[in-house]
Amino acid sequence: MLKSPWVFHFSTGSCNNCDIEVLDCLTPRFDIERFGMLLAPSIKHADVILVTGSCNRKSAVRLKRLYEQAPKPCLVVAIGECSLSRGMFIYSYNCPVPLDKIVPVDAYIPGCPPKPEAIISGAVKLIEKIKGNL
Amino acid sequence: MYVIYLIVYGFILTAIIGLIASWIDRKVTARIQYRKGPPFFQPVFDILKLMGKETLIPKGASKTVFLVAPLIGFSSVVVVSTLLWVNNNNMSNSFLGDIIVIFYLLAIPSISIMIGGFASGNPLSRVGASREIKLLLGYELPFILAILVPIIKSGFSLRLEDIISYQAQNGAFATYASGILALFVCIAVIQAKLGLVPFDSPEAETEIIAGPMVEYSGTGLAIFRLMKNMLLFTLPFFLIILFLGGLNFDGIHILYSAIKYIILLLVITLIRNTNPRLRIDQAMRFFWGPVTGVAVIAVILAVLGK
Repeated sequence: MLKSPWVFHFSTGSCNNCDIEVLDCLTPRFDIERFGMLLAPSIKHADVILVTGSCNRKSAVRLKRLYEQAPKPCLVVAIGECSLSRGMFIYSYNCPVPLDKIVPVDAYIPGCPPKPEAIISGAVKLIEKIKGNL
Repeated sequence: MYVIYLIVYGFILTAIIGLIASWIDRKVTARIQYRKGPPFFQPVFDILKLMGKETLIPKGASKTVFLVAPLIGFSSVVVVSTLLWVNNNNMSNSFLGDIIVIFYLLAIPSISIMIGGFASGNPLSRVGASREIKLLLGYELPFILAILVPIIKSGFSLRLEDIISYQAQNGAFATYASGILALFVCIAVIQAKLGLVPFDSPEAETEIIAGPMVEYSGTGLAIFRLMKNMLLFTLPFFLIILFLGGLNFDGIHILYSAIKYIILLLVITLIRNTNPRLRIDQAMRFFWGPVTGVAVIAVILAVLGK
């Protein structure tokens, strides 16, 4: 679990900016396969769910279902200002609750969008947190 | 005696070499893409982690078949590698027709993937499993023809022992024109049997997620991955026995054996990294057209003694 976290990427209606930064982590420059991370194609293979975007009324239901389908132990990482605190959509009629009211979140990575370095450092901190060092 | 072979050679040694091979595969892929690549023990960690995860059974699945399917494929791979090791190390233990037995056992991993895909009840799995069937129909014909070449060369013998000892006396079959052609055919077939990139339409990750593997989690997925990694050793090993004279482990020959295997592995990895994915109809046309043609030419050349 610590050495090979496979990540599953779920976008709850974000502006695609965080998603592109997540994909950047797979590119030669950042290469998260060094830490054994792979992008899992199916939720049944996932250890970590990366959530980007502010959860709206439609996607909150689906996120909850995805989380229930994931084999436990499973972690959730919130990426970007929108999924942390709903960002600029905080007064929107369509975003009733922030992400951590829907599923338990293990790590928060702020930024709009967060840099790939920030995402990698967040992932490393998450691993440290599970080890109990942080 | 046979139990020792089954456990030590068939399972443990094959699994270790298979895991190392899968690391080489991933590392070379990463270096081709100018990445750094995973650490050495990564495949082991992947398997161990998957063993510790929860196993979920989807609602519409038929439970027993879904759980048994990985075991069927895995056990057939263990049996195949045991047969190959027995023949390679101790030639007196071979029996008439073992090449046919191995040929059929090598089809079972694909069949187990199909069974698992259909049993899981997921529409994407079903699409992947039906593609796997089509691919199996495609590559079996050229594979039989290519295997005929060493059989003809060694004087119409169906024993692996005769094939190895003939090559030990008269040089490897890959030095003949027919042997080279058959080896090329076999490399294309292996690529499809392993489900690697030009022929990975059963598991196309970008269109049907992971094909038959979609619903597998935890131990089932771990066994499937271990099976694939072991196949990554077993199939090139079969080719080495058929065309390149087998693996030899005394003295300096251990180096030659390692070189033979690593070159085959690198060829597989390079083909995987430099090709786009073929549609299933293109793959079928490729196997029944040019590949079968080359295999027929190889068989004719072998009959003529070239």
